[in-house]
Amino acid sequence: MNDDDQTPPLMQRVLDNPFILLFLGVAFPSVLYLIWGIMEIVSVPLAN
Amino acid sequence: MTEIFRTCPDTGLKFHRPAENLMKANAVAAVVFLLVGGVYGLLVGLTRWPAVHLLPADWFYLALTAHGLNVLIFWLIFFEIALLYFCSAALLGCRIATPKIAWAGFALMLIGALMNNYIVLTGNATVMMTSYAPMEAHPLFYLSLILFAVGALIGCFVFFGTLVVAKAEKTYEGSVSLVTFGAITAAIIAVFTIVSGAIILIPTLLWSLGFIAEIDALAYRLIWWGFGHSSQQINVAAHISVWYAIAAIVFGAKPMSEKVSRMAFLMYILFLQLASAHHLLADPGVSSEFKMFNTSYAMYLAVMASMVHGLTVPGSIEAAQRAKGFNSGLFEWLRRAPWGNPTFSGMFISLVGFGFLGGISGVVMGVEQINVLMHNTVYVPGHFHATVVIGTTLAFMALTYWLVPVLFRRELVMKKLASWQPYLFGIGMSGVALFLMGAGTLGVPRRHWDITFSMTGGVVHEFPAAANTLLALNGLSVILAIAGGAAFCIIIVSSLLFGRKLGNEEKLDPPIMATPPEDSDYEGIGTGAISVPGTLVLAGVFFVAFAVYYFINWKYLAETWGIG
Repeated sequence: MNDDDQTPPLMQRVLDNPFILLFLGVAFPSVLYLIWGIMEIVSVPLAN
Repeated sequence: MTEIFRTCPDTGLKFHRPAENLMKANAVAAVVFLLVGGVYGLLVGLTRWPAVHLLPADWFYLALTAHGLNVLIFWLIFFEIALLYFCSAALLGCRIATPKIAWAGFALMLIGALMNNYIVLTGNATVMMTSYAPMEAHPLFYLSLILFAVGALIGCFVFFGTLVVAKAEKTYEGSVSLVTFGAITAAIIAVFTIVSGAIILIPTLLWSLGFIAEIDALAYRLIWWGFGHSSQQINVAAHISVWYAIAAIVFGAKPMSEKVSRMAFLMYILFLQLASAHHLLADPGVSSEFKMFNTSYAMYLAVMASMVHGLTVPGSIEAAQRAKGFNSGLFEWLRRAPWGNPTFSGMFISLVGFGFLGGISGVVMGVEQINVLMHNTVYVPGHFHATVVIGTTLAFMALTYWLVPVLFRRELVMKKLASWQPYLFGIGMSGVALFLMGAGTLGVPRRHWDITFSMTGGVVHEFPAAANTLLALNGLSVILAIAGGAAFCIIIVSSLLFGRKLGNEEKLDPPIMATPPEDSDYEGIGTGAISVPGTLVLAGVFFVAFAVYYFINWKYLAETWGIG
């Protein structure tokens, strides 16, 4: 058996790395909720 | 010299003493704040009961503020920090990373929680948990929350550090257990939550001190809910980890599919926090695209993950029970479950209440169109009393019964009362959830001391008589739930103070850790090709209830504005 066969699949390596998961878990909601939401709020025109 | 590790004779878990002390300190602090928050909850519930209307207006809003913060933030996050240390140091059998820093984190959390209770009790921070700007509280209110959040963030990074220690010192092989993976999910959501809190609470503190001229109300709401709602998603990930743990503890159950369960947790990591947008569905400054994407398309992936957990946890219990010989009919496995064991009964009531009451109502509220039926009504607290109180609090209570002998090495006292406690609390809180949702459907507003506006001197709004009846039933349910909550606090505090001390090598009889069935015992279980038919029937009932309730709400909406 060569080394490649012993390497876990990519998805398992992602799930086994808490710091990749931490990055994804902060990046996704930051972009989709916080940044998107703030961009919409700042684009609301000011009342005269 | 004291041994730095001890091995639990009942579970075989290896406890690092500094980690164990941190778990104990966080768990005890959690129960104290649950007790305080519960007392405030009783006052709120009795004031909402129109015939009782216990507190004057200023005290009602003060009690509501203190209730929300003590139970939604302090009780749950203290317990979750204890859980993170348990799922890392204890389950992985390693030392905790930087115990001194972990104690500093605990001290910050404790100072923050005490400071918050003090400033709220003085009446200078009656702004409710949400503290929407431009409603202003005393600066110590914001400072207390920031201190608490920083302490909790330190706890999260001690947890991540402990994972690194375990991997470096090779205390486990392969992947971490599913329960630890669930704790990783909770910790990740906690980091996003706390960062969101810092982004908004630090400028709000500066605003309250006069260094910043104004805080934009909508931006505050958007970012605050990244903190406020996501903090409840930490709870979801944590209590589902507890469900998996209790299935293994009580039944020796193994996950039906590790891969599927881990992918479901990944869905939480990616999408669960987006549910924060629920709270903005009636706000004018953000688009429908933003609202619908966050509360529907992306959120449904997280909802699907919850349904996966809701299927696999009882499924794994059913499979283990059938493997032990309870293989007749659809539900022998469930009938023969240990319903007198509060660790199991609390967990199962948590699972059913979270799914049927909290889950279904949460999805209904997340639909932009039908959300308008119940937005800002008491339906909302009805929903989250199902998710956070029946779901999370009851699951944590259930685990605590098991932790008393395992972590504190004390025998549980008042076992008969303990066997009843989850039913008292679960039934009472189910009543709270259902009756508040019912009153909310009739339009009763949340956070109102005077729902009819009779004290304003203007137009009085009359609700249907059923609304008053539902609020009275809610008051009765609050009393029942508080009795259950008080019973829990009395049992746990009494056990820690007066419970018989267990020897270091003493094993409990009967054992508190089930022996897992052999792999061969699983062969031929169930009916034909279906190994867990009972769980599939329960899932079918859930889907029917879900669909019926969903369409009933669309029917209500259709009747709101007549055409022609």
